Amino acid sequence: MRLHLYRHRKMVRALLLFAFVLTCVIVAGQVEPVLGSTDGVTSIFRPLSQPAQEIKETSYLVLAICAVIFVIVAGLLIYAMVRFRHRAGDEASEPPQVYGSNQIELAWTVLPILIVFVLILVTSRTIADIQNRKPPPGTVQATVVGHQWWWEIRYPELGIVTANELHVPASDGTRRLPTFLKLQSADVAHSFWVPQLAGKTDLIPNRENLMWIEPTQPGTYLGNCAEYCGMQHARMLIRVIVQSPAEFERWIAEQKRAAAEEPSAQAGRQVFFANSCVNCHTIRGTSAQGAFGPDLTHLMSRETLASGAAPNTTETLRAWVRDPQKLKVGCLMPNMQLSDTEVDQIVSYLQTLK
Amino acid sequence: MATQEIALAEVRQPTTSLIDRLHSLVVTVDHKKLGLMYIGTAIGFLVVAGLMALGLRLQLAVPNNTFLEPDVFNRFFTMHGTSMVFLVGMALVSGFGNYLVPLMIGTRDMAFPRLNAFGYWMYLFGGLLLYFSYLGAPGLAGHGSAPDVGWFAYAPLTGAAFSRGHSTDYWILSLLLTSIGSTVSAINVIATAVSLRCKGMTLMRMPLLVWLMIVVNFMILLALPALSAAQIMLLIDRYLGGHFFDTQAGGSAVIWQHFFWIFGHPEVYILIIPAFACVSEIVPVFSRKPIFGYPVMVGATVMIGLISTSVWAHHMFSVGMTSVSNIFFAISTFTVAVPTGIKIFNWLGTMYGGKIRFDLPMLFCIAFLFQFLIAGLTGMMLGVAPLNWQLTDSYFVVAHFHYTLVGGFLCGMFAGFYYWYPKAVGRLLDRRLGLWHFWLFVIGFHVTFDTMHFPGLLGMPRRIFTYDAGRGWDTLNFVTSIGGLLQAVGILCFVINIIRSAKKGKLAGNDPWDAWTLEWTTSSPPAEYNFATEPVVRSRRPLWDLKHPEDPDWKYE
Repeated sequence: MRLHLYRHRKMVRALLLFAFVLTCVIVAGQVEPVLGSTDGVTSIFRPLSQPAQEIKETSYLVLAICAVIFVIVAGLLIYAMVRFRHRAGDEASEPPQVYGSNQIELAWTVLPILIVFVLILVTSRTIADIQNRKPPPGTVQATVVGHQWWWEIRYPELGIVTANELHVPASDGTRRLPTFLKLQSADVAHSFWVPQLAGKTDLIPNRENLMWIEPTQPGTYLGNCAEYCGMQHARMLIRVIVQSPAEFERWIAEQKRAAAEEPSAQAGRQVFFANSCVNCHTIRGTSAQGAFGPDLTHLMSRETLASGAAPNTTETLRAWVRDPQKLKVGCLMPNMQLSDTEVDQIVSYLQTLK
Repeated sequence: MATQEIALAEVRQPTTSLIDRLHSLVVTVDHKKLGLMYIGTAIGFLVVAGLMALGLRLQLAVPNNTFLEPDVFNRFFTMHGTSMVFLVGMALVSGFGNYLVPLMIGTRDMAFPRLNAFGYWMYLFGGLLLYFSYLGAPGLAGHGSAPDVGWFAYAPLTGAAFSRGHSTDYWILSLLLTSIGSTVSAINVIATAVSLRCKGMTLMRMPLLVWLMIVVNFMILLALPALSAAQIMLLIDRYLGGHFFDTQAGGSAVIWQHFFWIFGHPEVYILIIPAFACVSEIVPVFSRKPIFGYPVMVGATVMIGLISTSVWAHHMFSVGMTSVSNIFFAISTFTVAVPTGIKIFNWLGTMYGGKIRFDLPMLFCIAFLFQFLIAGLTGMMLGVAPLNWQLTDSYFVVAHFHYTLVGGFLCGMFAGFYYWYPKAVGRLLDRRLGLWHFWLFVIGFHVTFDTMHFPGLLGMPRRIFTYDAGRGWDTLNFVTSIGGLLQAVGILCFVINIIRSAKKGKLAGNDPWDAWTLEWTTSSPPAEYNFATEPVVRSRRPLWDLKHPEDPDWKYE
């Protein structure tokens, strides 16, 4: 018994039309975000730094090769479907039985091998180029330490410690100012990914990884932790703030200052030092020397709180100090059960840490 | 001439009660029943893990959504991934292998029927143990519930310091159980295919599906021990003071990744090759031509099996390996594209010059070919290590591997399901519901996973429970979620179809598709002994020889 065919022609046509329309819609919809210059969109095809630029160039070649292969193979598939579809009256006989052909097999073995060979050359060159780069003299060195769920950022040569916002200088036509990053982790595996600057490199405990960036345009670049690291993996955002060399020098000078000691915030200071805040946080030049949480010496110089979970405003800072678990559930900073007055006092003290 | 007989349909005893029927399932050692139990259980887990995926998609549909709590979300994606790979994928592989291999090689059962039953029960209890974690894992001080460490459970997040309670223990122990099941099932399929073939069936006359099943099951034997070993080391770390992966005491987090992917990459091929196997049986029958280049197809599969054991670290390009290692694994990754490409071309060569009938199994095969092509190409892009540094652990990778596993593996399995259901049940699946299933599922698939590539290109990492508006991800995620709903409705049609057609479907007869391999000579469903007399074959297509005595295959092979 053989099943009969039902409107196969209609089906093939519908399939083709569907594939075509869908591809057009999807591709057309993506041109602007992927290639355009919308603010805040971190497309890997809009790099503003080496090595992301070099990766983009390699990827265009790979995309082109893949597109050609796709068009040829999908074209053959569609051609075979349409040309060799079962037609009315075909029931009577079977088509010629062909078992194979060594020549044809050889052809479609050699061709992919050639393509693979090209890909191997391109890939090897790009890998070696990016990974084996040596830091030129004058390079900024920074150490990024991943924590559950924030980034500790140290500049060992400058004696600066900050968190969640990495400041680096921009290169221009006259001076090349790359930044080399040492990546470490204090607990579990994390991954540093700022798509417009470079590919990602993992931060792995008990191990040190290296990566480098060389941005050319000042601005703020968004990124995420890209290796699942526990409950608040989603709220582990990184910002890279690229500044002109002069601005970067100014930022360094500001960060090197000792923590502010304004008499007006004396009450808050006392509450801060009387509580266990000091067990986890450092404020340089004071007895607060904790290492589990972010350094607060110049807290107010940062744009965000809790690793990008909220903007750094008075309201969010107050909400954060009152109950961190509300803003970022599961984070390792506990609710200290402070009274309203104490919260206000601590917040007004923290706000002097400019 | 060949001496196959087309056996008369067995008159089946109507079973008396539900209890009797369940009892017969519990005590059975029949490869057909066990195969169907594997497949049925897998569909059950597919529905559960699919609903979890739907939950994930609802949470991600809009920015800053609060539909799921972060910890619930993390458990869902862990359970979704673990279930789909170990409880759905592996079980479908075992199920199809169990059901089809003895029938296709003309024998009466597997080599080790009791071992076969043991494997199924290990798998079932492993799966139930994994889900029991929702009740059993809270442990001390309410820490933990279901596992929440991701399906590849990177160290040291799984260590005692970061994963308190027993959730990770459930993940380890349930997978150890299902691994025992998969291992004995693999040994069984290999032993059966090697030693129980009917008269005249040389290795090079085996149906391609049997060849591919042999390769897959060798890969299972090769790959699974790496996972089991790593899991046992992790247990030692957690309970006996070991330091294999305990980075705070000098252990290595990267070693876990090596162990995991030495298992994990072959695993991807373990899942996709059975889909290749179904496609390799179905495309010829519905194109009315023998498979193009049978020996090359066998060789290419063996090559894929061999090469796939040397590509694992392409999952780890971002862990900071040296440039030499990165280049090595990039090269090995590209190499695997060659035999894979050969297979695609051979399927096209089979269709070329045929008279293609677009029945449901063939429709799913065409969807498979199209989607697997794209999956292969995005896979090649990911093999370019520098591009991988951008794309790994982003939604691009999520889209890529769902393309291989849903667009490739699952579509291939659906094709196999529509093709062999009439053999297993004796009735055809309803065509109209099947078409609804096909179109809803394929359209839903493309809406979901075509779209999902783009947030990855725009910097969206995987496994985040929410995201802020304004990074270009909002619309894309919304569209992706809608596609998920379409797929769910498609699967619903499928499940309804299975249940309805078992009672009301058109009677299939022995050979509804005018096919050529031995399983179609016997009754539908086959009697417990499969074949009344042992078949004798002289070519790869014994039924072709029988139907075309004037132009038999054995003259040409």
